[in-house]
Amino acid sequence: MPTLWLVVSVLVLAAIGYVLGRKRALQSANGNIRELHSLPIYYGLNVAFAALLPALGVLILWLLAQPMIIDSTVSGMVPHEAIPEETTLGLVMSDVRRVASGLDAAVEQGVMTLAESHSLRAEAADIRARLGEVGVALGAEVKAEVLQAAQSYRRMTATGTHAMTLVVALLAVTGLAIAYARTHKDFRARNVVERGILVLLILAASLAILTTIGIVFSMLFETMNFFGLHSWKDFFFGGIWAPNFRGDSELSILPLLWGTLFISFIALLVAVPVGLFAAIYLAEYANNATRSFAKPLLEILAGIPTIVYGLFALLTIGPMLVDFFGKGGLLGVEWMAGATSVLTAGMVMGIMLIPFVSSLSDDIINAVPQAMRDGSLGLGATKSETVRQVVMPAALPGIVGAVLLAASRAIGETMIVVMGAGAIAKFSLNPLESMTTITTRIVSQLTGDTDFASPETLVAFALGLTLFVLTLGLNILALYIVRKYREQYE
Amino acid sequence: MNDMARVERRVGTKNAKITARDVQVHYGDTHAIKDVNVEIGDKTVTAFIGPSGCGKSTFLRCLNRMNDTIDACRVRGDILLDGEDIYDKRVDPVQLRAKVGMVFQKPNPFPKSIYDNVAYGPRIHGLARNKPELDEIVEKSLRRAAIWNEVKDRLDAPGTGLSGGQQQRLCIARAVATEPEVLLMDEPCSALDPIATAQVEELIDELRQRYSVVIVTHSMQQAARVSQKTAFFHLGNLVEFGETGQIFTNPQDPRTESYITGRIG
Repeated sequence: MPTLWLVVSVLVLAAIGYVLGRKRALQSANGNIRELHSLPIYYGLNVAFAALLPALGVLILWLLAQPMIIDSTVSGMVPHEAIPEETTLGLVMSDVRRVASGLDAAVEQGVMTLAESHSLRAEAADIRARLGEVGVALGAEVKAEVLQAAQSYRRMTATGTHAMTLVVALLAVTGLAIAYARTHKDFRARNVVERGILVLLILAASLAILTTIGIVFSMLFETMNFFGLHSWKDFFFGGIWAPNFRGDSELSILPLLWGTLFISFIALLVAVPVGLFAAIYLAEYANNATRSFAKPLLEILAGIPTIVYGLFALLTIGPMLVDFFGKGGLLGVEWMAGATSVLTAGMVMGIMLIPFVSSLSDDIINAVPQAMRDGSLGLGATKSETVRQVVMPAALPGIVGAVLLAASRAIGETMIVVMGAGAIAKFSLNPLESMTTITTRIVSQLTGDTDFASPETLVAFALGLTLFVLTLGLNILALYIVRKYREQYE
Repeated sequence: MNDMARVERRVGTKNAKITARDVQVHYGDTHAIKDVNVEIGDKTVTAFIGPSGCGKSTFLRCLNRMNDTIDACRVRGDILLDGEDIYDKRVDPVQLRAKVGMVFQKPNPFPKSIYDNVAYGPRIHGLARNKPELDEIVEKSLRRAAIWNEVKDRLDAPGTGLSGGQQQRLCIARAVATEPEVLLMDEPCSALDPIATAQVEELIDELRQRYSVVIVTHSMQQAARVSQKTAFFHLGNLVEFGETGQIFTNPQDPRTESYITGRIG
């Protein structure tokens, strides 16, 4: 029975449980709702949850665990001689899975009988041709060992699925029965349902945290592989980024880090003043009509996909800068060779960050109590004096936090720099030259034909982890500053 | 204390500091103040009393044009300070507020040091030419607000770290530092405990030597203790205005009598 049907039948069982639980509770109170501890709906929900939650939980865990267990058992069965020189165990295993699912498909489509599929022999039957009929293409002839492994793979999967169906169905029925038996007018169904909801919410919250931890670990393992192949000294302290496929690449993060920080710095130079002034205007000067119209308009900027900003950098800002600084430009200098440069990417990224800074700062400025402004205005200060000397100092920690958050976005930004910044890794102070960033290099190292055993590819994970640590550090610092210096207004 | 105050109440009101004529205030569609006429004397304490929502705070905020900061608020009629209309186009509300200081209901020290809180007004208006002069202004203001002895050793500490009563006296010192002629106080003791209230009340009585003080209060005892003149507001009207002793002992209007005896309010 496919998993979908299993889920549907558990759901149906839960629905039946709901109706039954409700009915039994009402019966135990002789139809008088006021004698029940909880509303009838809670008794129904209690029974439904008891049928649903343990069964579905076990189902999910089983679905996650079963392939892993079967894979490791079957791969232990494949003898060493069966693995050809040029391939790995992983490739053989994917062949095994392919054959197994091909045989299942053949049975399903009626090309083979079930008994026939189990008694196939690699020497006798042309398995490759027969599986080709049902749309499963195999790269080579199926060897006896592979077929044997595939057969045991199928057997174990079938047994596992049967066992799973049985256990899940049993759990659902047992849960329903126990909850149904406990349903009585004095049973505190409302409190039990409340606890069930709490568990559900906690599960959702921990899922997000677990995912973060999972991401970190997957990066960490690949990074450790990389440092097994490449010296960490070169990565952290070298000065050259020059990947090649001859095996003597120089892979140092420093030129990339320099490009990243330089571009982010220029982006903040654009975004912080403009965003802050926009926030001050919106929070302190604009009347309600202007505000309700201008704020959403500004926030539209935040909704534009970054690839569109990249196009804007490449097609508009870049050529415009060349018109000024390039050959035959308005200034008569020849400082800029092409449209891609640190300044191009930085300016466009700055524009992208404006709504980010302005929206956060606007909220923070609005949180400064009106009493502060009244106090200052009441002493005969003008509006801008009030903003500069009272509102800004009070809002400063929050604004610093907002700027740091914007910085961490700038550091992690990819598409704008891919299109606007160029691809040359170097140290230079000239913002009109093209440079490259960590994110751009991750993209280029992982796209195209890649070999996941070479340091040139694995370096992407080391770069990614460094980036992650960098932005995480910035975010923690931002939160720390905001918490530490937040004025406590009661 | 009541008898003491009654003796001093004879202080003349011949020199009116603020004169209001036919003042009307509208908040959007609400008519908040109706036809208010009042004369506030120099070097006296005038109390505004009345039930919540009667318009006494609104009227107080008209006197230094703080209502300008509220979009929906419209003020009509004349309010004269020393014979000049403060709502005249030539009057800069910012300059006016330096002359007519204000202390608010909740203590609102800026998140700065005690020194910077008091020095804020003088710095904005350029009252001190150098640091020693500024130091002098700060000390004088803190002394006048009767808080100097408590804070003289920690002028660099943040003003928000003081107790509620100290914060309110700091705010009074801050208002006094710009050398105002009139001091408006909007329920200055409503967030304070009885001891701090007593200190602030004592201070208000001293401030009368130099300034014209207008105080809005919910406490009739407070009005009786600190003021020489009392105005009773009800539903946006100025019902009765006169000597404090007379208002509390022999009110002319039945509404005033009902309020001070606790029958309405």
